[in-house]
Amino acid sequence: MRVALLGFGSVGRGVARMLGEKDLPFTLTAIADSKGGIIDPKGVSIPEAFSRKEKSGSCGRPKLSALDIVESDAYDILVEVTPTNIETGEPALAHIRKALGLRRHVVTSNKGPIALAHRELMELARKQGVALRYEATVCGAIPIIHTLQHGLLGNDVKALFGVMNGTCNYILTRMEDEGLTYDQALGEAQEMGYAEKDPTYDVKGLDTALKLVILANTVWGMDTRMKDIQVTGIDLITPEAIQLAMDQETAIRLIGEAIPSKDLLRVSPRIIPRNHPLLVEGTLNALTVVTDMAGELTFIGKGAGSIETASAVIGDLLYIRERYAGRP
Amino acid sequence: MRAGGHLPRGFPITVASPDGSYTLIMEGVQITINQVVAVQVSMKLEMKDTPGQLVSVLEPISACGGNIIAVIHQRDPESESDTLDVQIVLDLPAGRLPALISQIKALGVDILRIGEERLLHKRSLIMIGHIMHTDISDTVDQIDRTGFAEVSELSLMMPAINERSSARITIKTANRTDMESAVTILREVAGRKDLLVVEPLEEWA
Repeated sequence: MRVALLGFGSVGRGVARMLGEKDLPFTLTAIADSKGGIIDPKGVSIPEAFSRKEKSGSCGRPKLSALDIVESDAYDILVEVTPTNIETGEPALAHIRKALGLRRHVVTSNKGPIALAHRELMELARKQGVALRYEATVCGAIPIIHTLQHGLLGNDVKALFGVMNGTCNYILTRMEDEGLTYDQALGEAQEMGYAEKDPTYDVKGLDTALKLVILANTVWGMDTRMKDIQVTGIDLITPEAIQLAMDQETAIRLIGEAIPSKDLLRVSPRIIPRNHPLLVEGTLNALTVVTDMAGELTFIGKGAGSIETASAVIGDLLYIRERYAGRP
Repeated sequence: MRAGGHLPRGFPITVASPDGSYTLIMEGVQITINQVVAVQVSMKLEMKDTPGQLVSVLEPISACGGNIIAVIHQRDPESESDTLDVQIVLDLPAGRLPALISQIKALGVDILRIGEERLLHKRSLIMIGHIMHTDISDTVDQIDRTGFAEVSELSLMMPAINERSSARITIKTANRTDMESAVTILREVAGRKDLLVVEPLEEWA
């Protein structure tokens, strides 16, 4: 199948690299970033796209935009991995609407459009007879969406909770291990490339809240929005609070939780026993799903990273190929 | 005990009273207060199997300020004996147990076994903010005055004057429902005082 890739940042480059290196049944026929694009029906040269990006700052040519690619006939599946906008979901939302409207499958890592318009987009995909997959939006490499949609079929999911933001987990782990203040640990995370220059989105719990919205809407078919979630971040946590938790063989972690029976959708720092399965170190993510038949399941893995996130995107691409390839 | 640091006026300190109702431990800027307000007592009694015996035993319990939680008695139909074993679980204010024991014995009732337990449900939470300046004794009192929950431990760390302090507060109750109510009160009080409350992630049950 033919794939068009929108976004050539960390995730986009990881996807391009894996499509080039692994023997996968896809041809990358188009790539675009914010500055330009390229289409080649026979297949774009991935090494050339990388060297163009390095030399000129764009993987393509300025005359061709992302939207030109979306509107073209060059692809069967759109991989939309442009940066997330949590206010409007744009430009990704427009790209996805357009592609689904043209009866193309869509795979995305972009949380904005899925959190803002899950119901509308899923409905549109269903009407058009195509797939919209978004495994990479939640917890990077952990195949949580696939597990919830397929692996746990027949189960009633009663609750979902876990550590869904590697930046916050890294900061709290460093405060705990080294007795750093919040500001010191944040500075270190920024130096290591784990935190953005403006860390608000991560440390205030907004990223975790977005993931919770996506999970809740996926599992329970809710029409939850960001405003429905009670959010407290980690930016007020003191080294003393961490010490007081450690004195009792516990630790503090930022937890997102969804428990529909209690009408609870919350992101907040919580105290967790040292031996708890959700107590992961560094940038790891961990997520517990509580179900009626399967009981409690906990998944631990890398929540971010170029190739780790590409793993989720490639999994979605292969799922679509298995389900739809050869159909009219 | 050496009292250092800057305790605000009106801070409640009762040191090591004989019945153990308060102990105050000061370690640098970390203050730990342990408070025992009520105890849970379980006792097994042997009494005559005659009308009115059980009621007569229950009277001294309420006279001592006790609150009966459960009375379990089982008559063995095979038994030839004219006595009855009864197990009673009650809450009792700290320090009243010796008085209760002697009153029950005075009724001619044998105490076969006695066990003293603290309130069984315990939860520790961490508060962050200007904990002292927002009247910590009031914060604790809001829980204690409920009658069904008590603050059993408070550990406070103050890095420097005018900086936010952190405290671990341990609440005890007899059951889970009371705990939820107590935590709701704490959340509400903390919200009013602009304190961040970090709650434990509960076990899924």
